[in-house]
Amino acid sequence: MNAAASPKGHTAPHPLLYLDGVNVSFDGFKALNNLSLVVERGELRCIIGPNGAGKTTMMDVITGKTRPDSGAVFFDGTVDLTRLDESTIANLGIGRKFQRPTVFENLTVFENLELAQKGPRGAWRTLVATLTSEQRREIAATLETIGLAARESVPAGTLSHGQKQWLEIGMLLIQDQQLLLLDEPVAGMTDHETQSTAALIQQLAEKHTVIVVEHDMDFVRSLNTRVTVLHEGSVLADGTIDYVQSQHAVIEVYLGR
Amino acid sequence: MGPLSLLNRSGWVWYLGTVLFLLLSVPLLNAAGILPDYLVPLLGKYACYALLALSLDLVWGYAGILSLGHGAFFALGGYAMGMYLMRQIGTRGVYANPILPDFMVFLNWKELPWYWYGFDHFAFAALMVVLVPGVLAFVFGWFAFRSRVTGVYLSIITQALTYALLLAFFRNDMGFGGNNGLTDFKDILGFDIQSPATRRGLYVASVLALGLGYLVCRFIVASKLGRVLRGLRDAENRVRFLGYSVDRAKLLVFTISAVIAGVAGALYVPQVGIINPSEFSPANSIEIAIWVAAGGRGTLVGAVVGAVLVNMAKTWLTGSLPEFWLFALGGLFVLVTLVFPKGIVGFAQQVRDWRAGRTRPLAEEPRS
Repeated sequence: MNAAASPKGHTAPHPLLYLDGVNVSFDGFKALNNLSLVVERGELRCIIGPNGAGKTTMMDVITGKTRPDSGAVFFDGTVDLTRLDESTIANLGIGRKFQRPTVFENLTVFENLELAQKGPRGAWRTLVATLTSEQRREIAATLETIGLAARESVPAGTLSHGQKQWLEIGMLLIQDQQLLLLDEPVAGMTDHETQSTAALIQQLAEKHTVIVVEHDMDFVRSLNTRVTVLHEGSVLADGTIDYVQSQHAVIEVYLGR
Repeated sequence: MGPLSLLNRSGWVWYLGTVLFLLLSVPLLNAAGILPDYLVPLLGKYACYALLALSLDLVWGYAGILSLGHGAFFALGGYAMGMYLMRQIGTRGVYANPILPDFMVFLNWKELPWYWYGFDHFAFAALMVVLVPGVLAFVFGWFAFRSRVTGVYLSIITQALTYALLLAFFRNDMGFGGNNGLTDFKDILGFDIQSPATRRGLYVASVLALGLGYLVCRFIVASKLGRVLRGLRDAENRVRFLGYSVDRAKLLVFTISAVIAGVAGALYVPQVGIINPSEFSPANSIEIAIWVAAGGRGTLVGAVVGAVLVNMAKTWLTGSLPEFWLFALGGLFVLVTLVFPKGIVGFAQQVRDWRAGRTRPLAEEPRS
């Protein structure tokens, strides 16, 4: 199975992420139905689909929150993520932003970034860890990028919804992961906030591989990238936004509801 | 982070002032004959309770682990110390047996069980005070946290843990004195355990342990681990997705907390003169949680304040209105939960904020 998924020939490098025939069911409901998907290194990919299409479940499988009934998820060609737990997967280089912004409400904005920052993760090492001036500078730079420099010492719970979303993106930035999974990054944002978020994501995509799950079609259009449509747990269509929107099956799924 | 940055300037003044005051005032007043002898071990006992409350606040207030079995770690530390004190009795027991403690003679035992070996030495006993609660907490936590037992389920199994130990220690053939426990101690490190001077020494040791325990807890909560713990208290999964091992972080702090509770128990036993299985009773462990809640969890200081105040009330009420005490305790818990969810310390903070709040918004308005 491993050999089939990661051919030994020295041809093209492995795709960064490869989902191979993933099945997940909850109490008989098939959330993912033989889902296969390839994301290349450096790609910015949008995943769209109606409610219940399996977008969030797919994220859960990639990050180790949900174990699939069958199928495999290869990261970097060789590592099967379905056998690992959440923290191990995070340490391999996969970061995730949740649908509902989940920042640490009782920690300050600064402390939120500090926890996300690359650095020691073991219990003993965090007990004695100190921030180097280099790390402080990096946090300060991130605070500038996400526009929260003035609010660094307030509890994150007091931020507005949009600011929390940015803080979470900042946490992803400073984690410096290879692969970023963004679950509905503009949900609940104003138009203006949505625009700046699109710009921020474009910027992220220059250095990272990014997968964006989104409902907002205008936002997806503004990202101007390859789109995969999920429906009932498998891929329905794949291509540019104009291409997938012209597909009969896609129109039916979206308008038929 | 140097040790000096644990507290800010006024924090250090308060801390050192309080510790020095407690260390000097009680022994001096007692030696001068102003403070009656019976109060010294009572105050020492409060210090032990405060240390125990501190250990619970570390896991409950900062990591969200509501252990309702911390009494077990306290009692195990107490038993380890009690075993040392039993070995010090020597031939002064009722049966004057040079090898066996009285209760073993009474049970017609012929030789000392292997697990009593080594307790003749204080250093060995001191090691066990730390090791036994620590190892139990480590093994228990290993299974509980790996299986992701959290919230009320964890609280219930910690209750089961202490209840199981209660039943085990009640049994005579466990070799820990059964129902009566260990008592009738004579001396500790060669000093007469009843003498006022020894009691002052034990009081000083308890206050020092409390002071040190506070700094250890402060160090943990001020470290990055402390922020990981506060993070997982509020959003456990989010911490996992950042790559931290939630289980390890919890396990480390739970084990440290159990060790602190064990030390508190070890200092408690020589001052009250007895350790018996009732220390394992589930209600005891719940009471610790009430001290912490009353004082204000997640503040450390609150745990100390709560433990001392509630126990002062207990001493007073069980003396004057014994049948009323449990109602008072239950009422206190309801009151704290409903009216002062942040406890005494949190309430004091709120009052301070209200006062400051009256002027602050006006001052800050132009900036925003």
